[in-house]
This record gives sequence, structure tokens and C-alpha cells, in this order.
Amino acid sequence: MNAVRKLGTYTLGHLYRMGTMGLFLVRMLVYTVIPPVKFTRLLRQIRFIGFQSLLVIFLTGAFSGMVLGFQGFYTLSRFGSEAFLGPMVGLSLIKELGPVITALMVTGRAGSAIAAEIGIMRISEQVDALELMGLNPYRYLMVPNFLAALICLPLLTALFDVVGIFGGYMIGGKLLGVGSGTYFMEMANYVEMSDIMEGVYKSLSFGIIISWVCCFKGFYASIFTGFGAEGVSKATTQAVVLSSVLILVWDYFMTSLLF
Amino acid sequence: MKKFDLELAVGVFMILGIVCLGYLSIKLGKMEVLGGEGYEIQAVFSNSGGLKAGSSVVIAGVEVGRVKEVALEDYRARVVLHLPSHLKIQEDAIASVKTKGLIGEKYLEITPGGADKIIPPEGRIRDTQSPVDLEELISSYVFGKL
Repeated sequence: MNAVRKLGTYTLGHLYRMGTMGLFLVRMLVYTVIPPVKFTRLLRQIRFIGFQSLLVIFLTGAFSGMVLGFQGFYTLSRFGSEAFLGPMVGLSLIKELGPVITALMVTGRAGSAIAAEIGIMRISEQVDALELMGLNPYRYLMVPNFLAALICLPLLTALFDVVGIFGGYMIGGKLLGVGSGTYFMEMANYVEMSDIMEGVYKSLSFGIIISWVCCFKGFYASIFTGFGAEGVSKATTQAVVLSSVLILVWDYFMTSLLF
Repeated sequence: MKKFDLELAVGVFMILGIVCLGYLSIKLGKMEVLGGEGYEIQAVFSNSGGLKAGSSVVIAGVEVGRVKEVALEDYRARVVLHLPSHLKIQEDAIASVKTKGLIGEKYLEITPGGADKIIPPEGRIRDTQSPVDLEELISSYVFGKL
């Protein structure tokens, strides 16, 4: 009897949390559509999520492209079709690796910080103070993060793709001897506008996922994950884990949807 | 510029991102920004053989333009080509659908003619050649018709 009750409590708790999360997204979207937007906060968040991620994205992009150059050349040379190194590197970066790795890096670098920041504001009652002053916490905290992630992720993904393509060229073209004309022209032949748009759609949706999950986990830090510093640390961990998992799962569905 | 301020950082980031996005879509996605000066002519094939919008148009192995549209017209394939304005195509030029390599993609080859008359914009190439059906060729060879 007791065990059954526990199961019921567990299920209801989960349902409640999922419902709250859904409502949180709806509220965030609603306040995004309704002006005014806190413009300075938005700029600050773009600097934080976008500008300060540049170095990380640059490094990961370059090395992903370079390793793709190596692995692609190795695999393709077995079939004697090294000429297709360009399309292989380009397509896998633009359609898959670019959006996903960028989103994961942004989650690790910015998402965790967003969750921790909002979580600490929550446990030190700064969120309540905002409400008391008549400031809407959604408008002040969530919407700038949401919009900034939406703006930054496609741009960061594009940077990742371009840096990766040139990284692949450094290895494939300069080191392993695929001609630069072959590399770039074959790539231009095989990459379509729809492939690039697929990458953009993916990165936009990842931006929604990151800002949604990280803001939610931070905002409900003391309510769902316990009080004090421990609650914030738990919330931050959960935010990073959940958004990373959601990114990969959602990536599968996006791919099968856009296939 | 001593102070590395907020607006500058955001501006730098936006420019960098948009440049990269532009590079991807123009260089690789073959997006035409300025509408592309030039003109269009048509060619009607009995079989377009998998030619699609964005396929290249080639003269003597040199890419000169792109296929803009492939549509059905009276149960035949009407292909619209986009060519640069300095390129003149003679009235008796031949358009043929070819394949890059054995299993490569399809492209459209124009073999120039010798006539003095030039095809005007929105005009039509009269002589067209549908692609060689490799399977049919192989089967006719196998069954000894060749």
C-alpha cells in the first residue's frame, strides 16, 4: 500500500514538474512577444553568450574540422574518392556537427552560468525583490537570455562551420594534398541552401532549449532542488545535463523531420 | 579605442557571425544576392533525367550559369537557364543533359552552334538532347540488341 502510494507521489511530482516547465516556456514566449524588451540586458547577454564564446567555438570548430579532414581522408582514400573530402567535411559540419557541438559548448559555458546566476538570485531572494519592486522577473531575467540565445546560436554555428571547413582544408588540402579547387568546388557543388537552412533551424531550436532549460532550472532552484548552495549546485548540474540530453534527442527528431 | 565596451563587443560578434553566415549561404548555398545580372533562356527536353534547380550549365567544360527552374509543360520538361549577359547563345546551339562521371550529378551542357542569329532573352534552345539512359544501354547490350 505504502509502496503504491510512493509510486503515485513520484509520478505526480514528475508530472507537476513537467507541467511547470511547459508553463515556464509558454510564459517566456509570451513575454518575449509583448514589448518592451530590456535592451541593455539583451546586449549584455549577447556579449556573454555570443562574444565571450567566440574563442571556445573557434577552437572546437578548428579542431573538429581538422579531425574530420584526417578521418574523412583516411576513410575516403579506401574507396579512392579523396576528391569528395570537401563535401564530406562541409555537409557533416553544416548539417550535424556544427549545430550540435556549438550548442553543447554554449550549454557548458553559458548555460551553466545562467542557471547558477538565476539560482543564486532565487535563493538570495533577489527574484522576490524584483517582484516587490514591480519588475517582472520574466521580462528582466528570462527574455534577454532567450532572445540572446536565439540570436547567438545561429551565428556561433555559422562561425563554427566556417572555421571547421577551413580547418578541414588545412589538413586535407595543405597536409594530405587534396587540391584546394577540388575541396571547395566539390563542396559548393554538393552543399545546397536547404542544408544550410537545416543547420540554422537546428541551432535556433537548440537556442530555445538551452535558454529554456537553464533559466527554468535556475528560477525554480529553491523549489525543486532544495535550499541553499546545495540547491543551486544541483540546479546547475541538472540544467547542463538536461539541456545536453535534450539537445541530442531533439537533434535526432529534427534530422528525421527535415530528412 | 581604449575601453572595450559592451556595444563594441556585441557589434564585433554580430559582424563576425553574419559574415560567416553570409559566406556559407552565398559561397556554398549558391544564394544570389543581387538577383544576378544576366538573362534567362529555356530549353525543352523529353526527359530531364534528374536535372534540378541549381545544377550547373556548362560550355566546353566551363561552368557558365545555373539551372533556375525545372517544370513540366505538355508532359515535357521545361528547363529555365540563367546565363550571364555577356554570353551569347546561337540559335542552333544544342543543349544536352549529361552526367559527371559514371554516377555523378547531372548537368546541362550547351554545345555552341555556328549561326549568326542569337537567342534573345526568354528565348528557347531548339535542339535538345535527353540524357543517355545507362540502364537501357546496358540492357540492350546484355540482350544483344547493340
